[in-house]
Amino acid sequence: MPSASGPLVLARALRKTFGSFTAVDGIDFEVRPGEAFGFLGPNGAGKTSTMRMIACASPVTSGELRVFDRDPRTDASAIKARLGVVPQADNLDAELTVRENLLMYARYFDIPQRVARDRAEELLAFVQLAERRDSQVETLSGGMKRRLTIARALVNEPELILLDEPTTGLDPQARHLIWERLYRLKRQGTTLLLTTHYMDEAEQLCDRLLVMDKGRIVAEGSPRELIARYVTREVLEVRMTDEVRAANAGRLATLGTHLEHLPERLQFYADDGEQVLEQIHQMGLPVERALVRRATLEDVFLRLTGRTLID
Amino acid sequence: MPNALRIVQRNALVYRRTWRGNVLMTVVQPVLVLSAMGLGVGALVDRGGAALPGNVPYLVFLAPGLLAATCMQTASFESSFPISGKMTWQKNYHAIAGTPMRIVDIVAGELAWVALRLLAVSVAFTAALFAFGAARSPLVLAAVPAAILTGLAFSAPIMAFAATLKNGGNFNALFRFIITPLFLFSGVYFPVTRLPEWLQRAAPWTPLYHGVELTRGLVLHTLTWPSAAVHLAYLLVMCGSGTVAAVWTFSGKLRA
Repeated sequence: MPSASGPLVLARALRKTFGSFTAVDGIDFEVRPGEAFGFLGPNGAGKTSTMRMIACASPVTSGELRVFDRDPRTDASAIKARLGVVPQADNLDAELTVRENLLMYARYFDIPQRVARDRAEELLAFVQLAERRDSQVETLSGGMKRRLTIARALVNEPELILLDEPTTGLDPQARHLIWERLYRLKRQGTTLLLTTHYMDEAEQLCDRLLVMDKGRIVAEGSPRELIARYVTREVLEVRMTDEVRAANAGRLATLGTHLEHLPERLQFYADDGEQVLEQIHQMGLPVERALVRRATLEDVFLRLTGRTLID
Repeated sequence: MPNALRIVQRNALVYRRTWRGNVLMTVVQPVLVLSAMGLGVGALVDRGGAALPGNVPYLVFLAPGLLAATCMQTASFESSFPISGKMTWQKNYHAIAGTPMRIVDIVAGELAWVALRLLAVSVAFTAALFAFGAARSPLVLAAVPAAILTGLAFSAPIMAFAATLKNGGNFNALFRFIITPLFLFSGVYFPVTRLPEWLQRAAPWTPLYHGVELTRGLVLHTLTWPSAAVHLAYLLVMCGSGTVAAVWTFSGKLRA
């Protein structure tokens, strides 16, 4: 067991390259026991590659990586015995039933059959699949498969769970159920390490976030810290005609702490959005529509990683 | 090694649901082939006074060769689509690789499972031989391990190959251009001495030939020690290098 203060995962100048492509470009971070730690970033930011290295599924190219204070290169089996992995794409055993998936997975961890049977029942109840215990995996919905994958990752009572985009592709009900379950795990003291590109997910679940872009870390902190550091408290979204925008560009730029020109609207970052809107009205500029809202992690994310679409 | 048994356990769990149809094929197939070829064709061959090694009736000549070839076929099938499917479609192995199971455990487990299937096939086949009265002595039982080894010699390299394929794999070429010709020209149905000169010379380079010779030699008691050693060495090397290759290709897929 690592000491209470020692990190579960420690990375120093961690790099991963595939041929000439650099997926992870020298990152440093620590994951502490009991926290929910999130990697946030657009597609191709290096989140999954980092997760795979921690899961001992991908060799480290260079730098240092320690998981449970062990080296993934030499201690993979010992590390994996204490890890739970929820991969991006479900890889359940389609030839087995729901319950058999858990029982068989427990066998891979060398968990005695009797213990595995009890644990399978507990976990099926935990992810609300008890009624489907004898169903073939094929007949489950996407949300159910995801829940089963999470239950499977818990079969060895892991100290650290790696979740790669745990709710991508699920409907809102399914997502909320999963968040609720993950939240419970967190309360029970399980350390969560997840990747996501959903801001609401990151805000809901993570104590600490690491924003990645192009293989590097661009920001780190709690959701609230990141909002405070990179954006203002509020955002004012204003829609006006292109002519008005063009003619008053200079004057508008002086308002708020930061102005972003988007194709269909202007976005003012300010601690008091109403005040900026009032200033625009005082300038006598015609406003088609205006909305003051709280700044979110999404604003941070777009601010840091840009608005260009990455596929 | 016990880790590998988990894979066997997993496959057995799946097999429990499909075994009925499978067992029927395992038993019925050899009976059909043995009766058609052994009794039907055999009657003609024996009447023609052909000189078979050991001067045995055709059925007795055919049976051990057919057993080795059937093991080759079963092993090849079991090591192609199922393996490729578990690697690419279902990503079963990716899930298993997330547990303390090592890649060697996975490969060893799949080979052990194939061996178990081959044991079932060989036992059913041997039972059929007794039923046909083609088993002249308990020596027939020696054919079982030889046939299993023959199957495994194909299984390991095919697994290595199957792991590299995309989308569940296309094995048509393998079966069409390798397995089927081997089945026909490795001395299963007739002694290779009947083949044209160049094919006769090529035969000892091919794997099924050694499996057939070893299996048949054990049953008919026509094996010499040096030739037994050569057959055994050929099959063991294939098995061993195939296993090393499979661990390598599995690693390439599972640890990138």
